[in-house]
Amino acid sequence: MSKKNKKYREHWYSGITEAFQMYLPGSKIYHTIPARRARVGFLFILPFIIGFIAFMVRPLIISLRMSFSQYTIKTGEMVWNGVGNYTYAFNTDPDYNQLLTNEISRMAINVIATLVLSFVIAVILNQKFKGRILCRIIFFLPVILSSGVLPGIETSSSSLNLLKSMSDSMGDSSGVNLSASIQNLLSVSGVAGDVFDVIFQMIDAIYDIVMASGIQIIVFLSGLQSISPSLYEAADVEGCSAWESFWKITFPMVSPLLLVNCIYTIIDFFMKNDNQVMEHINDVMYGVRMDLGLAAAESWIYFGVAVAFIGISAFIISRAVKSYE
Amino acid sequence: MSKDNTIFIGENKSFWDRNRRSGGYLLKRRIKEISISVVRALLMFGLCFMIISPMISRLSMSLMQEQDLYDSTIVLLPRNITFENYAIVARSCQLPTSMLNTLWISIVTSICQIVSCTLVAYGFARFDFPLKKFWFACVVALIIIPPQTIQSALYQTFTRFDLFGIITAITGGPINIRSSIWPYIMMCLTCMGLKDGLYIYMLRQYFKGVPESLEEAAYVDGCGTLHTFFKIMLPDAMPIIASCFLFSFVWQWTDLFYSRNFLTGYKLFAPLLSGMPDRIGQELAGTSLNAGQQTVDPARSLQMISIGVLFCCVPLIILYCFTQRTFVESLAMTGSKE
Repeated sequence: MSKKNKKYREHWYSGITEAFQMYLPGSKIYHTIPARRARVGFLFILPFIIGFIAFMVRPLIISLRMSFSQYTIKTGEMVWNGVGNYTYAFNTDPDYNQLLTNEISRMAINVIATLVLSFVIAVILNQKFKGRILCRIIFFLPVILSSGVLPGIETSSSSLNLLKSMSDSMGDSSGVNLSASIQNLLSVSGVAGDVFDVIFQMIDAIYDIVMASGIQIIVFLSGLQSISPSLYEAADVEGCSAWESFWKITFPMVSPLLLVNCIYTIIDFFMKNDNQVMEHINDVMYGVRMDLGLAAAESWIYFGVAVAFIGISAFIISRAVKSYE
Repeated sequence: MSKDNTIFIGENKSFWDRNRRSGGYLLKRRIKEISISVVRALLMFGLCFMIISPMISRLSMSLMQEQDLYDSTIVLLPRNITFENYAIVARSCQLPTSMLNTLWISIVTSICQIVSCTLVAYGFARFDFPLKKFWFACVVALIIIPPQTIQSALYQTFTRFDLFGIITAITGGPINIRSSIWPYIMMCLTCMGLKDGLYIYMLRQYFKGVPESLEEAAYVDGCGTLHTFFKIMLPDAMPIIASCFLFSFVWQWTDLFYSRNFLTGYKLFAPLLSGMPDRIGQELAGTSLNAGQQTVDPARSLQMISIGVLFCCVPLIILYCFTQRTFVESLAMTGSKE
């Protein structure tokens, strides 16, 4: 740490030398209380450090290397392949590109819809009405019902897809497909554009969106509950309408949680079991191909996309939130 | 807020009387209030129904006999109730064994995860040591990095497991421990299990909220660090720890990724369930119901999978009904301090 920063120093120790000295038994600061506490604290997080290095950093390096090489399972040897796997994933693999773009566009829509919907639901659940607790219980249920193996299991096999497409082509017998007919109506009358397509996509996916927004609702709800009621009282006295106080008080107070929720939603989406890219990677890895190198390359591409997404949304949201403060 | 005032103005007058005196304002507001609550109730009911309806339809479907599946007059209530489907699925998923295995593995791994995560979270929340920011950034990275990225590398690590060359020295070569539970236990104990980054984050958030003076008082009274942790911090943190435990239990129960990669030596429910769509055809063909029939129709196999999903969900839903307070409240406890 340089001398210039010394004034704003946030640690009790100064510089790298002291950071090392606190672990050296003979040193000057070894027996001071802060040094002792630092050592204890280090012991507390030691499991994490070991695990992170052994089961995260090392596999990451291995898989990065694997993605650049041809890997044979039987012998476990790797042959350097350059960017061969990456070019294969992009140029030769028939499905990967398409799946990737599909998933990304689906995710962009879903993330926005999830954030909006969970915020609206949280605001409603924060009001007082009968059956509020029951609603809260039910809205949190998707955390259980859409975890792990459960989502997408019923549409995963090929015969079931056949059934689904059959029932789609015959038209839903139980009722008219409302969103599709409205969409037709709008497109006939010339109103519908790309925006409407996106909106209808959201409406059709509302089940998935509700199922994905359990945690987000709770996080928003806790944020809403932490707003002090005196703020609303003051606004009310000053003649603020409910609509105004929503935009001037509720939204700015909760907006820091937007970032947390946004990141959570993106990660959740990327790791979901019904995610087609993940399925594809699994197929490459355990299927007929057993090509670990290619699987590693494809998951690295996917991870890169995820990080880029998180970075972009974090950037946008943090700027938007700052302007409110 | 203003409701109390209006009642106060004309307490023993009728509603219309008061409405006249307020110049129609009262009626207008009343209509607004009622319409808002009706819209709200409709919205809530619709969304709640949407969440629950798949479970209900699965339940009703599971009780149907085969002919009911094709009867378009039957929507929800089966005409011919049968429990035979359950027996078929139970056999297909090797039920008692797989469920018990899932239960004990979930409990063991969740305990390992939560013990290690609590320790680490406490370390992050209370102590100041060099590189703390860096390590915490690693925790965040742990949340972000999808485990699928390192899937193939972990596969390779554990099929040729070698602890710093010690095992090679003893047995003369790396050993394959991928199908045993030990790799996963090791990962859980070192905070690398399923969603461990999230638990560390949640617990740290909680520990940061506990007033520091509590520990200082303990220190003044001659309580050591470990003693303080076990005697003062842990009892208070029990609700949030229980909540993390429940999360980890539930997610482990339904988890496919780690079960498929590391716990292949055990018959677990989730992998069996995920393999069911492909398997169910052969199994149904073998039963007396469809003897001689080679291909199974989709509706029938969909029914079987629904039952499998029910088997997976129902224990969790029962658990959730009893513990929903722990789930929701303690998450709210940490969430407010993000």
